[in-house]
Amino acid sequence: MNWNTFLLMRHEIVLAITILILLLADIFTDDKKKVNIIAIVLFAIHTVIGLLPLETGTLFGEMFVTTPLIAAFKNILNIGVLLILLISSSWVNAKMLPLKKVGEFYVLIIASLLGMFYMISSGHFIMLYIGLELATLPVAALASYDVFSRKSSEAGIKLILSAALSSGILLFGISIMYAISGSLYFSQMAGEFGYSYLSILGLIMIFSGMAFKISLVPFHFWTADVYEGAPTPVASFLSVISKGAAVFMLMILLFKVFPDMKWVWTYLLYGIAILTMFVGNLFALRQQNLQRFLAFSSVAQAGFIMMGLLSADQLAVSAVIYFIAIYVLSNIVIFGAVQMIGLASDKWNIDDYNGLYRTNPKISLALMIGLFSLAGIPPIAGFFGKFFLYVVAASQEYYWLIFIAVVNVTISLYYYLLVIRAAFLRKSDNPIPHFTSDIFAKIGIGVASAILLGLGIYSPFYDYINSISNIF
Amino acid sequence: MDILTLFVVMPVLTVIALIFTKGQNNYRLVTLAGAIVQVVMAFNLLYQFLQLKNGGNTDTMVFMRDLMWFEPFNIHYLIGVDGISVLMIMLTSIIVMTGTFISWKVSDLTKEFFIWLIVLSSGVYGFFISLDLFTMFVFYEIAVIPMYLLIGVWGTGPKEYSAMKLTLMLMGASALVLVSIFGLYMNSNPDAIGLAGLTFNILEIKQVAIPESAQIIFYPLAFIGFAVIGAFFPFHTWSPDGHASAPTAVSMLHAGVLMKLGGYGIFRVAMYLMPQGAHYWVVPFMILAVIGVSYGALSAIRQTDLKYINAYSSVSHLGLVLLGLLMMNEIGWRGAMLQSLSHGFITALFFALIGIIYGRTHTRIVSKMGGLMTVMPVIGALYVIAGMANLGLPMFSGFVAEMNIFVGAFEHPDLFHRIITIIAVSSIVVTAVYILRVVGKMLMGPVMDEYKDLPPITWYEKVGTFVLVLFSILIGIFPFFWIDIIDGAVGPFIQGII
Repeated sequence: MNWNTFLLMRHEIVLAITILILLLADIFTDDKKKVNIIAIVLFAIHTVIGLLPLETGTLFGEMFVTTPLIAAFKNILNIGVLLILLISSSWVNAKMLPLKKVGEFYVLIIASLLGMFYMISSGHFIMLYIGLELATLPVAALASYDVFSRKSSEAGIKLILSAALSSGILLFGISIMYAISGSLYFSQMAGEFGYSYLSILGLIMIFSGMAFKISLVPFHFWTADVYEGAPTPVASFLSVISKGAAVFMLMILLFKVFPDMKWVWTYLLYGIAILTMFVGNLFALRQQNLQRFLAFSSVAQAGFIMMGLLSADQLAVSAVIYFIAIYVLSNIVIFGAVQMIGLASDKWNIDDYNGLYRTNPKISLALMIGLFSLAGIPPIAGFFGKFFLYVVAASQEYYWLIFIAVVNVTISLYYYLLVIRAAFLRKSDNPIPHFTSDIFAKIGIGVASAILLGLGIYSPFYDYINSISNIF
Repeated sequence: MDILTLFVVMPVLTVIALIFTKGQNNYRLVTLAGAIVQVVMAFNLLYQFLQLKNGGNTDTMVFMRDLMWFEPFNIHYLIGVDGISVLMIMLTSIIVMTGTFISWKVSDLTKEFFIWLIVLSSGVYGFFISLDLFTMFVFYEIAVIPMYLLIGVWGTGPKEYSAMKLTLMLMGASALVLVSIFGLYMNSNPDAIGLAGLTFNILEIKQVAIPESAQIIFYPLAFIGFAVIGAFFPFHTWSPDGHASAPTAVSMLHAGVLMKLGGYGIFRVAMYLMPQGAHYWVVPFMILAVIGVSYGALSAIRQTDLKYINAYSSVSHLGLVLLGLLMMNEIGWRGAMLQSLSHGFITALFFALIGIIYGRTHTRIVSKMGGLMTVMPVIGALYVIAGMANLGLPMFSGFVAEMNIFVGAFEHPDLFHRIITIIAVSSIVVTAVYILRVVGKMLMGPVMDEYKDLPPITWYEKVGTFVLVLFSILIGIFPFFWIDIIDGAVGPFIQGII
């Protein structure tokens, strides 16, 4: 191993350095407000470095794998986290600065991201497991970060318990697969699983372990409570970054490690996709608290993503990655808007948003762009993402699934319109007063909404993802 | 930039200009300027189209432009027009312009109102020019969503309910269309390896024989999907509520243009691409269409609210469009397209007048008004004209259109078609009943005290309504000019169907 091959780990190395600098900066800086800015600047530098081209290669005897697709996905996660950090800086300043807990927040969130990077780059199940745990534990700490809120502590406990359970199930599945194939390397395991009850059991266990992270039905029960209790930036991180990385990992596992069990997991995905869409959407209908509402909406979106995995070819990879990229941006915009409004007025219910447009037009427009993107209304990017997922289902001639999915889009449109109805249609005697946010949050939400408006129509982005999606 | 893409770009430019405009009066002027430019562009397009056709051009589609959009799926931005689309674009531009005049006095969030109105129109233009199913679908949805905000924010009555119902029904319908689009896409090239060999291009799909079994499944999905937006019985329920709650200009655009997407989509996508499916399903759909025609007319009699009367009248008249299409012959299709055009002008005129009357009397209930003719002679006269045009009086566009539909229907000699036709024709009598009843009660009769001194018609209202009357008469007096354009477009389409 020499320095050049080591550079394949550039994302992880820079991220680890960032964490170390932040830890030191947190100790040696008295004005904690500066830590905030240092963290964002460092992470921005890391994001830019990540965008430099990267070669394909493996390290540590195939423990660590990187391909252009993995690098691109890491960049998507980087940009997502950068936006979350930008948007949440005002929350950190307002809530965490008095408690002098600024530095840890950034360290934990970046450490979790580092875990995800190791996970999605893994070529070995142990590596996967270590990455997964590194990704999960800091988030559990973050979910209970608002120490004076009971709900936040509850969220932390719920998250850590369900994460522990899912890790256990995942490990059990991995050990079954090890028993069958005699290896933990992805490349050696591929093609070792034929028709046997044991392999089906192992697959279902591994699938369930990942399904907890993605919050697929019936493993979604922790989602709503955790999203509601956790601080908004953490809920936002959980719903986009965590979920995105887990979906990516699930995709790699299904396509590269268990391709010969496609006949099992297609049924699994087909059923779970339908179930997840319906449960997520139907529960979202009745929610008043926006964070709960977004929790169920993101459960439903996970169902849509599962639809995109069905064809198990280059098309599926590109459609899913494209959808995740857009989903990340849309959810960040919505969570960002919710957080800014909640911070300014401490209001978290849909009814409180009545008349929002008349007092705060810009944030309402951003909210609308995000919601329409999730609902899949052209010309906003979400429509294109959903459309390509349908194409994946259509390419396998699953017309019924498309039909059910589109029925679900109509249901989801109803509840997204409820928020828009409150913000735009209704008038209120006591609306949320006009407020201004700090410059970081404005940049974050503004950039994310602008990208959402243009990304769908700008087809080269999809073409690029498609060109690097050839992982087979 | 080509002549057709400009129709989509121009609204975007108008919206950008509006964003940077300040001042109530300037919003109107900018919107109006944009709308007038669109009208000029539409007539320029008509002129150039006629030049091309008179020069001996026999292509199915002209002014075509083909840009690759998403290469892995072979999705193109493909546009082009034939005679029907040119006329529909002309209709849209005129309705948007007159709608701007009629909504001159919108005072609440004026800027946003005009922005959404223009976004809606850009979706409609895009729909009429696209020849790629994907592009078409994108524009369809762009046209639907602004309705939610337009009705919900600026509407009257139970606006939230109506807006939600309309949006969900139309989006649900688009779900059916989407499934059938995928059905066409997956069958568009039997020899293709991978998705890049398949196509969304309407003209290319037509070259392929879609298996009959697939047509029988996907045709009704496409038909019903598009028919919902065309207020096809029994999926019309969104339309009366939506009309009644919508502000005037939105009602005009909605009835005048948006509901035309249905007939146009059935013509361009469902019937053209799946002729065997069309023949297979013709009987059930025809029965539903004729129920819609009579049901709409009979319901209109029982309504007391002016907007509901015209909404149900639209259900009836658009039922005739579908009936004409389902006749599957050249005269029937010509009639259907003429009816789309004519109904666009007449209904827009109706809703404009209802908006004008409502702005003065503050009620739309017929029985609460009386003798308006003496108070507001111009408006009264215009209302009578609109009514006469609507019930199919010769000299107006309605007569030409309905005549063609019924002649087309009578070309089928069998008993079933005869019965259907007779029932449909008799709806005209019913139309006369509800039109004349309103004219008699609201315009004639004794003048009510509270309406003694209503303000006369203003200049912007005059411009808006007179333009619409003019076009209805133009179609009525010179039908062959329009029929020639439509026939040139229907001809190549009908050959693949019969």
